[in-house]
Amino acid sequence: MTETPTNLRDASLTKAIMAEIRRVTTQAWNIMEICGGQTHAIMQFGLDQLLPPEITLIHGPGCPVCVTSLQAIEQGLQIASHPNVIFTTFGDMLRVPGNQADLFGARSQGADVRVVYSPLDSLKIAKANPNKQVVFFAIGFETTAPTIASTILTASKSGINNFSILPANVLVPPAIRAILSNPANRVQGFLAAGHVCAVMGYHEYLPIAEQYQIPIVVTGFEPVDLAMGILMTVQQLEAGQHEVSNAYPRFVTLEGNLVAQEMIAQVFEPVDRQWRGIGTIPLSGLGLRREFASFNALSRFELAKTPLSESPLCIAGKVLSGVAKPLDCPAFGNECTPSHPLGAPMVSSEGACAAYYRYHRTSA
Amino acid sequence: MCLGIPGKVTKIYDQDNILMAAVDFDGVEQVVCVATTPEVTLGQYVLVHAGFALSVLSDSEAEETFKILRDLQEFNKRLTEEDQNQ
Repeated sequence: MTETPTNLRDASLTKAIMAEIRRVTTQAWNIMEICGGQTHAIMQFGLDQLLPPEITLIHGPGCPVCVTSLQAIEQGLQIASHPNVIFTTFGDMLRVPGNQADLFGARSQGADVRVVYSPLDSLKIAKANPNKQVVFFAIGFETTAPTIASTILTASKSGINNFSILPANVLVPPAIRAILSNPANRVQGFLAAGHVCAVMGYHEYLPIAEQYQIPIVVTGFEPVDLAMGILMTVQQLEAGQHEVSNAYPRFVTLEGNLVAQEMIAQVFEPVDRQWRGIGTIPLSGLGLRREFASFNALSRFELAKTPLSESPLCIAGKVLSGVAKPLDCPAFGNECTPSHPLGAPMVSSEGACAAYYRYHRTSA
Repeated sequence: MCLGIPGKVTKIYDQDNILMAAVDFDGVEQVVCVATTPEVTLGQYVLVHAGFALSVLSDSEAEETFKILRDLQEFNKRLTEEDQNQ
């Protein structure tokens, strides 16, 4: 098998696709990459600078730590500070600012906050520490959902009772609908996140493309994959088409991973969820089903209601909805930097502001 | 967070009733849960995210993609040559 990252980072291949994009482009188009991982790959490989000037890439809300609500972060901080708790989280979450503190700060104050690579690691920690409550911060899109569902199913089967989650998972299709329903929307085509589609397939996007008359192309993460996704979107836009097509068929099928979907459906159900900076999007989150409600950390701890306050300077909500770009923010690179972030998009390895800062996109 | 890394499955085994695998990422071996891709066989590539395999690589689709890319590269080369000859 020829699958090596080298093939897909071949500069001459990427240039050939870029030349084809230039050849077929006759007018200006705005295309949104939903996934923050793709935003970073685009900046890292300079794809935005290789595109013809007519094509504008708009960065989407697909940065899980950016959209995790302030309320959930405050709940996480309270739970983590409990003396009997080991709080486990993906590393990205540590420095995301809450009202005033972040998990990193909580750890320096003595809270037992541990970074895990996989939710299953939390179960290991729970087994090794039977006298502690282990709480995993369940953030992420449909990619982390099956890993968390599988972990809960394992905990349930193995009778591990000192493990629970703080549920904060979100879903992509309701976010796309919210973006397209916004009167300020300027997105004309979408790159759908390849790994979300590896799990969920892409059938959910068919009615969205039809209803909003917008092309959606399932796209991977290597430079060649991203260039192909953009080319296939531009081809549709230029031809006046609005279909869902797949530029990542080596890992994505129409129906997706049915085993993973079954695990998600067994453990979770869609619930309304608050997106930081954006607001509540109906049925855009995953909540625990009644059978698994005992794994909800919110039912295990008494939490105080704290007032929530965001930085008045930060325009993260506008950036996450694709209405503004990081450089539109006066605080970018001034009051707000990765070492002193005002908003989550400046911290996360998937945040658009962090990508602009890291790859020196400091002028428009 | 939604990054996924492809790796080659070198061993499949049961650990406490969970289907696990050893996966080789260009020389670095990691333990991965393959409960989400129970159909995977030795030697196949899986897309790994947060310690779980999300998808098994389709060899035929990968070949097809590479063929399209090679054709596109060839087409672009011909166009450039034609431009230069004019």
